[in-house]
Amino acid sequence: MTVPAIELKGISKAFGPVQANKDISISVAPGTIHGIIGENGAGKSTLMSILYGFYKADKGEIWINGQKTDIPDSQAAIASGIGMVFQHFKLVENFTVLENIVLGAEDGGLLAPSLAKARKELKALEEEYELFVDPDKRIDEIGVGMQQRVEILKALYRKAEILILDEPTGVLTPAEADQLFRILDRLRSEGKTIIVITHKLREIMENTDTVSVMRRGEMTATVKTADTNPQELAELMVGRKVLLQVDKVPAQPGKPVLEIENLSVTDSAGVERVKGIDLSVRAGEIVGIAGVAGNGQSELLEVLGGMRPGQGSIKLNGERLAMHGPGSDGQARRAQGVAHVPEDRQREGLIMDFYAWENVAFGYHRDPAYKRGLFMDNAALRADTEAKIEKFDVRPPNGWLTAKSFSGGNQQKIVVAREIERNPDLLLVGQPTRGVDIGAIEFIHKQIVALRDQGKAILLVSVELEEIFSLSDRIAVMFDGHIMGERLPAETDEKELGLLMAGVAGEAA
Amino acid sequence: MDFFLTLVQVLDSTIRLATPLLLACLAGLYSERAGIFDIGLEGKMLMAAFFSAAVAAVTGSVWLGLLAGIAASLVLSALHGFASITFRGNQLISGVAINFLASGMTVLIAQSWFKQGGRTPSLFGEGRFESAEFPYAIGPEDAELTGRPVSELMSETNALHLAYSELLSGHSILVYVAFLMVPLTWWILFRTRFGLRLRAVGENPAAVDTAGVSVVGLRYAAVAICGVLCGIAGAYLATALQAGFVKEMTAGRGFIALAALIFAKWRPWHAMWACLLFGLLQAVALRFQNIDLGGVVIPVQVMDALPYILTVVILAGFVGKAIPPRAGGEPYVKER
Amino acid sequence: MEKMPKWADVVLIPIISLLLATILSAIVILAIGEDPIEAVNLMVTGALGSTYGWGYTLYYATNFIFTGLAVAVAFHARLFNIGGEGQAMLGGLGVAIVCLSVPWPHWTIALLAACAASMIFGAAWAAIPAYLQAKRGSHIVITTIMFNFIAAAFLNYMLVNVMRPQGSQDPATARFPEAVHLPTFQSMFSTAENVMFRGAPANISFFVAILACFVVWALIWRTRLGYEIRAYGHSETGAVYAGISPVRITVIAMLISGALAGLMAINNVMGEAERLVLNATEGAGFIGIAVALMGRSHPFGVFLAAILFGFLYQGGAELALWTSIPRELIVVIQALVILFTGALDNMVRIPLEKLFMALRKGSA
Repeated sequence: MTVPAIELKGISKAFGPVQANKDISISVAPGTIHGIIGENGAGKSTLMSILYGFYKADKGEIWINGQKTDIPDSQAAIASGIGMVFQHFKLVENFTVLENIVLGAEDGGLLAPSLAKARKELKALEEEYELFVDPDKRIDEIGVGMQQRVEILKALYRKAEILILDEPTGVLTPAEADQLFRILDRLRSEGKTIIVITHKLREIMENTDTVSVMRRGEMTATVKTADTNPQELAELMVGRKVLLQVDKVPAQPGKPVLEIENLSVTDSAGVERVKGIDLSVRAGEIVGIAGVAGNGQSELLEVLGGMRPGQGSIKLNGERLAMHGPGSDGQARRAQGVAHVPEDRQREGLIMDFYAWENVAFGYHRDPAYKRGLFMDNAALRADTEAKIEKFDVRPPNGWLTAKSFSGGNQQKIVVAREIERNPDLLLVGQPTRGVDIGAIEFIHKQIVALRDQGKAILLVSVELEEIFSLSDRIAVMFDGHIMGERLPAETDEKELGLLMAGVAGEAA
Repeated sequence: MDFFLTLVQVLDSTIRLATPLLLACLAGLYSERAGIFDIGLEGKMLMAAFFSAAVAAVTGSVWLGLLAGIAASLVLSALHGFASITFRGNQLISGVAINFLASGMTVLIAQSWFKQGGRTPSLFGEGRFESAEFPYAIGPEDAELTGRPVSELMSETNALHLAYSELLSGHSILVYVAFLMVPLTWWILFRTRFGLRLRAVGENPAAVDTAGVSVVGLRYAAVAICGVLCGIAGAYLATALQAGFVKEMTAGRGFIALAALIFAKWRPWHAMWACLLFGLLQAVALRFQNIDLGGVVIPVQVMDALPYILTVVILAGFVGKAIPPRAGGEPYVKER
Repeated sequence: MEKMPKWADVVLIPIISLLLATILSAIVILAIGEDPIEAVNLMVTGALGSTYGWGYTLYYATNFIFTGLAVAVAFHARLFNIGGEGQAMLGGLGVAIVCLSVPWPHWTIALLAACAASMIFGAAWAAIPAYLQAKRGSHIVITTIMFNFIAAAFLNYMLVNVMRPQGSQDPATARFPEAVHLPTFQSMFSTAENVMFRGAPANISFFVAILACFVVWALIWRTRLGYEIRAYGHSETGAVYAGISPVRITVIAMLISGALAGLMAINNVMGEAERLVLNATEGAGFIGIAVALMGRSHPFGVFLAAILFGFLYQGGAELALWTSIPRELIVVIQALVILFTGALDNMVRIPLEKLFMALRKGSA
């Protein structure tokens, strides 16, 4: 039997009262790709951060190539031959590729010889692994796919034998993701050991040799990928049978509620993010926007929600909405009948240090119902909060807790309750189940469908294709600020959408 | 010739007045390039000014004074590092506290030490930095030999010799140190491993951390260099520019240096030009009081306020935007 | 999950920080060869032992309430207004102009006009940094520092070149007319047989300051504007989502902050000096930072912290009078308070949080 490249024995780690990892043991054979799968917050990233010396485990041992190894910091991890590609790249944006690769792995105190040596070695690495990058381009001049290559090259330049990738495909198109896995395959054939952390079942099934499943900080199983199937893995992840499909009756679309014509959005850096799109959403219909993160979906939602200006025409129930200046901010949108569950509840949808009852007014704090004379009517607000907490089963049911004291799922329930209970004509929903446990996902999906069945228009943006498929009555795919096409869920599949998401145009819908 | 003499004298005074600004400005450059905002330059200079003057007065050695000044400034730097790096506190608030600490402590210690109302005894001889006389330059020695005052000799010589004698020669060694620090800083920042890491930690500390380099170590190093340079700046004020410490003698120079740093957009050579400009403003204000520009009188207060007004204009981005290092002011917290 | 109860955050941490500052100050006093116990005795007697002492303590406290509230309001919008000093200077200019240019029939009307003028001048001085922060992203800390220096130069110019009475060498305005002199505590509380607060500068402005505390409290915690200021202070992206304009809130919060700092002038310029002199603010704008930090940006906390600093200022003056300890001791204490309650907050907080976690585990 070969000595495992990595062996973790009984790793435990707590952050304050939260037990992120509980007695985790795992063993990875050299020259294999090992997947770690689990829901958001299952403790995958914590575990890998411990392996990379980012956090110190409270208990447990790390063995590398049969040697018990202490990894107090990243320096030690690098010395043990571990390289890590983080979900959010750790690159200096205004440095060149070469400078980023050299940073921390220089030879001697002077820069010039280090850079010259790195340039030569980079060339060799590029050829060996077919990882081509332009060493003199600045990071802010290259795309995310390239940036990820730089991260991989950084690890290889440091002579990594074990490569950990945390959610590597989150920002990639399906085509880029396929390319990444080809690179990983090549690395494996050169004898490197690879750990891929993901929550995407498909990636695990297609690319890994073995897979471990994590749930709530515990390792629930480690199996050979060939011996398992997606349904089994999903059950192991969640701990019970899951319905991958949302129960809903066919939509009964009515008149158009939202009509977008030739909408363009330019961000503060002057980059055009949305490039003249047309889209409509009818009453009683959920339109899902699919696409890899960063292709203009966020900006689309933000313009509709009054968070940024745009050009073109947006009509709500036939009335044209302002897109800059007065009447275009979030307050105005709410008054016009648009509710918005934003993509990032912690940075946008909630004030994490406000009490739940204060958050229930967030965005609607100028509502006359919450006003008494010069002041806000906090008593009315608290009564309203209690009602919403009960109806949406927010736990713990206590309006006097700050938003940050709730779990991700319950935070999202507060946001969804606030927005849906406004009975809007149009509901904007961004990543409604990101970082939310399965139980809350089902609940939130049901609420969204229920609102549709009341004849409201819903625009959903999600990077989870599965979510798009299970909720949408119509799917539009965005790529590079354009809508590549519209499809009915019954008449398309992941493969076709994947091609559209990668910018390969299909026939116009 | 008269006009030229005046011009050279003002420029000479510009160099002297720009020196403490330049040292403090470069000090701030190291710190802020590493992502640690430092509005406590003023306090560190003040503390260094006091301790250098006090130790020079007591021991009679200006070099021991310089060391003491640097040490005092380093102590405050350590405090700033402790608050803003180790305990991830608010760097601006820490800077404010350090300024007050220096302002109070210097007088408190001066009073209990020398009992002269918060000042040190006047320095003379070995207790001060002498000016360095270059060969062939007109200086006090020539005055002694000929028995005539330096100014008279100056006014008689040719323009080149005059400029050489006034501008290049005749400064304290710390002036030359300050101006040599400019190319040195440029070289360190852009040509060495340390410089690469320093700039990286000010832009994206997570990149440095995951590359296996200690963010804390780098930032402390930067803050320490900042302390040394502020120490020299303070010592220059009390032992070279003037002869002894008086209460609040930095008089806002730390803030002008900060202004110069923004003006220079955190670049060493630009920092030098900015400091020379602000030094010139001070020199002109010192020499002329109210300036009469063909009927329009510019009051001296305008000259006093000009560095600050210019900085606000620069900050407003009307004359090229000043973008600070991206991670500046943010304590580094590890996250995935 | 909250790491520790709210009362610990609001009460315990400031008290521990204050304790640390006190211990260090005592060490400083010991180091310069004086007796800290004796020093405290002198300070307490001097500042609190007589109505005269209280009259000074409350006079200083009045200044610090205004500047502390100014810093606190800006803090709620996550803006660090170091410009209180300059704004208070300009407030003084406003008061001087109002008091000298109109023949006021009675101090009450003059006080109202002076309040308005000082607030407008203070707010105006905060407006430019506010606008630049909101619209151009210029760091407000740097711009307000710069504006302090510009204010000092401007005031210097006004007093030397414009407002100085002819023939006077003193860079100061003329004395304000009798009619605008504010009632002092002495005139308000003394009876025929019992003169209280004799010669002390505390005046009716103290009650304006208390009123300001209530107004700020209601503004921040009870109005929609306050809700928006707090929301913006916690999360700018959140504010944009909720339709709260960052530009509007930044400008409004700074205008309120500047107005409060400027309002201080009714106390030091109108109530005490009765003319505008150079350096009338005496650093009160900066003490506002310490006061707001210690008072946790809450008006009641600001009130208590201002009284404490008023005590320190009066006590420090007494100390300088009777011992060889100079007044600058107070600056040191002020620095230590800012250090511990502001910059080194985590040093106190982290061990306390661990303690509370351990206690909770123990009881669970």
